[in-house]
Amino acid sequence: MSAEGAGLEARDGSGASAPVLELRGLRKAFGEHEVLRGIDLTVHRHEVICVIGASGSGKSTLLKTVNLLEGIDDGEILLQGTDIADPRIDVDATRARIGVVFQQFNLFPHMSVLDNVTLASRQVHGVGRAEAEATAKRLLDRIGLADFAGAYPDRLSGGQQQRVAIVRAIASDPELLLLDEVTSALDPMLVGEVLDLVTELKRQGSTILMTTHEMHFARNVADRIVFLHRGEVVEQGTPAEVLDAPTHPALVEFLARVHP
Amino acid sequence: MTVPAGAGTPVAAPAPSQVELERRLYRRQRGRRSIGVSVVSTLVVVAVVYFGVVNTPGWAAVQQSFFDPQTAVDTFPEILLGLWLNVRILFFSAIGVAVFGTLLAVVRGLRSPVFFPLRMLATGYTDLFRGLPLIIVLYLVGYGIPGLGVFPRLPAEVWGTIAIVLTYSSYIAEVLRAGMEAVHPSQRLAARSLGLSHAKTLRLVVLPQAVRKVTPALMNDFVSMQKDVGLVSILGAVDAVRSAQIAQAETYNFTPYFVAGLLFVVISLPLIRVTDAIARRQQRREQIGGTV
Repeated sequence: MSAEGAGLEARDGSGASAPVLELRGLRKAFGEHEVLRGIDLTVHRHEVICVIGASGSGKSTLLKTVNLLEGIDDGEILLQGTDIADPRIDVDATRARIGVVFQQFNLFPHMSVLDNVTLASRQVHGVGRAEAEATAKRLLDRIGLADFAGAYPDRLSGGQQQRVAIVRAIASDPELLLLDEVTSALDPMLVGEVLDLVTELKRQGSTILMTTHEMHFARNVADRIVFLHRGEVVEQGTPAEVLDAPTHPALVEFLARVHP
Repeated sequence: MTVPAGAGTPVAAPAPSQVELERRLYRRQRGRRSIGVSVVSTLVVVAVVYFGVVNTPGWAAVQQSFFDPQTAVDTFPEILLGLWLNVRILFFSAIGVAVFGTLLAVVRGLRSPVFFPLRMLATGYTDLFRGLPLIIVLYLVGYGIPGLGVFPRLPAEVWGTIAIVLTYSSYIAEVLRAGMEAVHPSQRLAARSLGLSHAKTLRLVVLPQAVRKVTPALMNDFVSMQKDVGLVSILGAVDAVRSAQIAQAETYNFTPYFVAGLLFVVISLPLIRVTDAIARRQQRREQIGGTV
């Protein structure tokens, strides 16, 4: 599923134009509290979609439902045209097609950096250790962390850990990458190095759905920005449309708060 | 290229300042003083205990029947031979407990409703065997099961091993379960997000971290098991305790028991030290920073 550059429309015959991800009327409640109230969202190949919104607007829950880490109450989640919310779907195999990076990195502390990165390849995708490690070393080299392959995550700074977590998520070439506020737990000094890596992934053609509070980054890198408010998509469009010409009052207020 | 964070390789440290030198001198003085105090206080306590015991009216008789060097030397070989049986029982018990205890812990942690009966069974099992005295389990297994007449005749130590595994697995299962619950849920989340199945998540992510968290408690149970292995003597297995008992009957002297006790302590020491070393190494590798 690797994709280099543009001009790849008709490569995989069937559903070549089907979006990588399509959400239709997604609903999720925790008890009485409705977190997602009918989300419709489409992510096309090579697109970077930034979901923005206040805390509690449902951003993180949205990403969790897409990776089936959280069940949904209604709606459809179409991954390459297949509804993965269907209970008959193989959940583990589906998750293996989607890469996820969490706010708190969640590297495995008892494994070396190399083992963290190669775990899914070896244990889920059946890649041999030698091959998995070669791929991992190449990726680590690209982010300048090759020297840390044998180190344990605790030796790394937050920014380095998060970059390893991103490499872990892309090591087995996922069709879709979900990034859940990947810079929120980081020192401002370290945010840049992580965002640079995300920008690099976009350049290489990754399809990314991410939540973020970094408006500057969203403006520069996002193909589309989606504003989530109380579990609903109230506004979406290009960065210019959403950030410079907001129409919904909630978005206007939100932007006023994040851009003092 | 990035610089290793926190690696802290000093670049030709400058000579310490006057203030720092003065501090170091003070620390050295304090260090010497506290060593002096501890040596003196230890000597005082030892002397008080020694003279207190030696000057009791019955000391001569007690020394004769519990700490007789000649009896100790004479009975040592037999007791050591008996200890070899304890070591073998311990070896097989440890393997059995590790396997069965982990299985129980995992079953108790299963959440799917399909496993409800299994989970109930495991819960009932751990409740029962943690409450039941080992000596009663030994009698039930050692005399009861052979009494059924369906199993071939097996030596007493085999039944003893089974009884120990049954009892200790229930303790170990609870310790492991606590460890598994102490692994942060985000670790499971990360593992599942990579596509790892429930079983692989347990085996590769949760259990290794759980065991690290509860290593001291596991070791504690292991040492406890090591000495309880001596209880198989009640089934007639000739282990260190039984050998001591036989020697005591022959010599009318209790020193063999003292010898056996000492040997149990001695075999437990290296293991305790080794575990400490392993835990330290793991900590150095996986956790940066000091221990405050």
